[in-house]
Amino acid sequence: MKKLAREVAVIGIGQTKFGEHWDLSFRELGIQAGIKAILDAGIDSKRIDALFIGNMSAGQFLGQEHIASMIAEEVGLTSNQIPATRVEAADASGALAFRQGLLDIASGLHEVVVVGGAEKMSDVTSDIAAGFIAAGADQAWEALFGATLPALYAIMARRHMKEYGTTMEQLAAVSVKNHRHGKMNPFAQYQSEISLETVLKAPRVAEPLGLFDCAPISDGAAALVLCEMELAKEICPCPVRIAGTGQGSDALAITNRPSITEMRATKKASERAYERAGITPKEVDVAEVHDSFSIGEIMAIEDLGFFEKGDGGPATERNDTTFGGVIPVNTSGGLKARGHPLGATGIAQINEIVLQLRRKAEGRQVKDARVGLAHSVGGTGGTSVVHILEVV
Amino acid sequence: MGVARYWRQQDQRYNLGGSKCTICNREFFPSRTMCPICHRRSLGKMEKYHFKGFGKVTSFTVVHDPAPGYRSQVPYILATIELEEGDLVLGQIVDCPPSEVEIGSDVEMVFRKLSEEGKSGTIQYGYKFRLK
Amino acid sequence: MGSGIVSYGVYVPRYRIYPKDIGRIWGQDGAAMGKALNINAKSVPAPDEDAATIAVMAARRTLLRVDVDPQEIGAIFVGSESHPYAVKPTASIVSEAIGAAPHLTAADLEFACKAGTVGMQACLGLINSSNKNIPIDYALAIGSDTSQGAPGNALEYSASAGGVAFLLGHEKVIADIELTMSYTTDTPDFWRREGMKYPSHGERFTGKPAYFKHIQETAEKMMRSMGTGPQDYEYAVFHQPNGKFPITIGKKLGFKMEQIETGLITPYIGNTYSASMMIGLANILDKAKPGDRILAVSYGSGAGSDGFHIVVKDEIERFARERSPLVMEEISHGIPIDYSIYVKFRDKIKMEGE
Repeated sequence: MKKLAREVAVIGIGQTKFGEHWDLSFRELGIQAGIKAILDAGIDSKRIDALFIGNMSAGQFLGQEHIASMIAEEVGLTSNQIPATRVEAADASGALAFRQGLLDIASGLHEVVVVGGAEKMSDVTSDIAAGFIAAGADQAWEALFGATLPALYAIMARRHMKEYGTTMEQLAAVSVKNHRHGKMNPFAQYQSEISLETVLKAPRVAEPLGLFDCAPISDGAAALVLCEMELAKEICPCPVRIAGTGQGSDALAITNRPSITEMRATKKASERAYERAGITPKEVDVAEVHDSFSIGEIMAIEDLGFFEKGDGGPATERNDTTFGGVIPVNTSGGLKARGHPLGATGIAQINEIVLQLRRKAEGRQVKDARVGLAHSVGGTGGTSVVHILEVV
Repeated sequence: MGVARYWRQQDQRYNLGGSKCTICNREFFPSRTMCPICHRRSLGKMEKYHFKGFGKVTSFTVVHDPAPGYRSQVPYILATIELEEGDLVLGQIVDCPPSEVEIGSDVEMVFRKLSEEGKSGTIQYGYKFRLK
Repeated sequence: MGSGIVSYGVYVPRYRIYPKDIGRIWGQDGAAMGKALNINAKSVPAPDEDAATIAVMAARRTLLRVDVDPQEIGAIFVGSESHPYAVKPTASIVSEAIGAAPHLTAADLEFACKAGTVGMQACLGLINSSNKNIPIDYALAIGSDTSQGAPGNALEYSASAGGVAFLLGHEKVIADIELTMSYTTDTPDFWRREGMKYPSHGERFTGKPAYFKHIQETAEKMMRSMGTGPQDYEYAVFHQPNGKFPITIGKKLGFKMEQIETGLITPYIGNTYSASMMIGLANILDKAKPGDRILAVSYGSGAGSDGFHIVVKDEIERFARERSPLVMEEISHGIPIDYSIYVKFRDKIKMEGE
């Protein structure tokens, strides 16, 4: 695999707390995250060359499109009319915006780029929100037939249970673990533990998935600053290198895929990222994966190569995916506990990995973390984006 | 919402109208303009094909929290169904309690209301399934 | 050359509500009410069923039994008092869904409970036209309804859902329709105004001057014309708004219970309105033998009756009945529901935004 023309580092991170921000608008969330990241990078905003924003659906949630211009202006970046671009791939929008920022610098076009992700979901009622989220699935051949996102993941879950013997308890163990992790993250929407029994006894949303198998509806924004590596080393005391990037696509409708117990987009995206980084899954010390539904994390840790196919459930139950285990997964609390403001999620994942590699994750620090991986999925797996970051 | 977007897919929804690649003889649902296996060789060589409407459940869920507009149907069963011809289709299974559905259950197509554009808008009809 | 029924098919929604469960809600002795009406249960459509879906299912089942190319069907008429659209035909939905479109004529009919039999007459007219410029060989008549009675009204015990389709033509006819006659007056015994959800009726006025008079006049006129008497028919079937009226009129006309009972379907599933008499006729055809004679008379409020003198042909021995469910099979799969599920299914709950 050819090397990227230039190496790129993350030099600044910032995010809002995820949750229900009744008093904050989309603009205000975006500004908070953006300014934090710029301040964290310690650079003059005049040095910022471009802005990429991941956002799934401001058009549906707020009736507002063209949000890249809006955020650029609010963060004070329009004085020089920098290029500002919105990127969309359902709830992988943030991760994809990150990849666009990376490619923008790697190509030699720009030196410093701000990448953000934001979603304001609480301005509509929950069933309306569910309908909007379902827009990430196939409208003509899934949603029209009554499919919601939880329903489609539930169908994958039941098949996974059938093929690999995955149990309800194993699914529940994902949520229990992620809540335990989220308790240590001050930015998480839920900072409280839940019991296995709570998850198992919760009302069913789409059988076999219950309320606690599903990520919540959240408001939030996250941002980070990317910088060309040579420059990064000059201006930043702790740059984190982007070692690998991979993206994959698959059919939008789950019925157009040969298997619904794996995500081919994730397998391919991760192969590409590992190859570019020159590492194997075993070398990853910490990972943030897309657990919009508990079954999503189980499939992810299999498809990313951390565990054999079918061993995702047992591995979670064995505590292999928590601190001290084979690979701590979703130390931030994941989408389940940290919250899942669709477009912001992919950026928040990278924030967590950077924090881990900077060794600044405090109570949830993975000891000696050198290599981290972030994995983001759009909808039911039509898009998957994987990034590998490394301590410089 | 405009009506044409539903109208143009009526044959596909009413009668499981898909397409068949005359190069490799594979059937596809929904209909495709190009065979994903034969690619450009199949251009102009795709024929209309109506699936017979029989199949087996490969997985399913029982939806309790519906999207807006589907409230009157909850709890409803949504399944992936492998049609006799080999392609997969997503659809509801109606007229039975969820406890009667299993992976492997035989189903047949029925004709039902899928959704409506509110009380004054058009009604969308199409395939659902029933246990055989 | 004879003309008549080439094929037929029925569809009845699976859900059932019982008279005692309706009576319980309204402080009535529902079981006694059911007994008085001779209705043991009524069919209830699922929330995703309407007169169009039922008509399509009945039509598809009709075509499954014969090797007739749907493209050869020259006319489709759907009779119903519960067409899903006030303006936009059910018949065009059926045409498209069975693959008969686009080279045919199609329309919806409404005449209370006899709209389906009016469709049969219209079809007969088209296929029997001696005018070569009306080249229609096959025509499809459908009766399909998801009728509603106002909550608490006596009609709630009977108004049910179901559909039946008859394919009429000249070739491979399983039952000749040798005579059809009608009787029509302006008798306001039952009506529903535009935009109203539930119908109104004249209570006991629906009986003697309406149902009984129209059926009796029609049946007697038919038998006079054919030179027949009740003893000449193996079967007689009448519109059945409940399970009692058709027995009463049958006996009055001189028919015996064994001639009437095969066509009596309302006791099992309630009054399927436009499909009511036609489902009874379908059940007779499920059992009939060559040479059997059937007198069939529908009734639609408002008011009118259509009568049919039908003779079963040898072709019925070769008819592939087994490719679609027989009437008794079709109505045997009841899923009981209580009144609360019934009001949800029948859209009687005011939902958010309504």
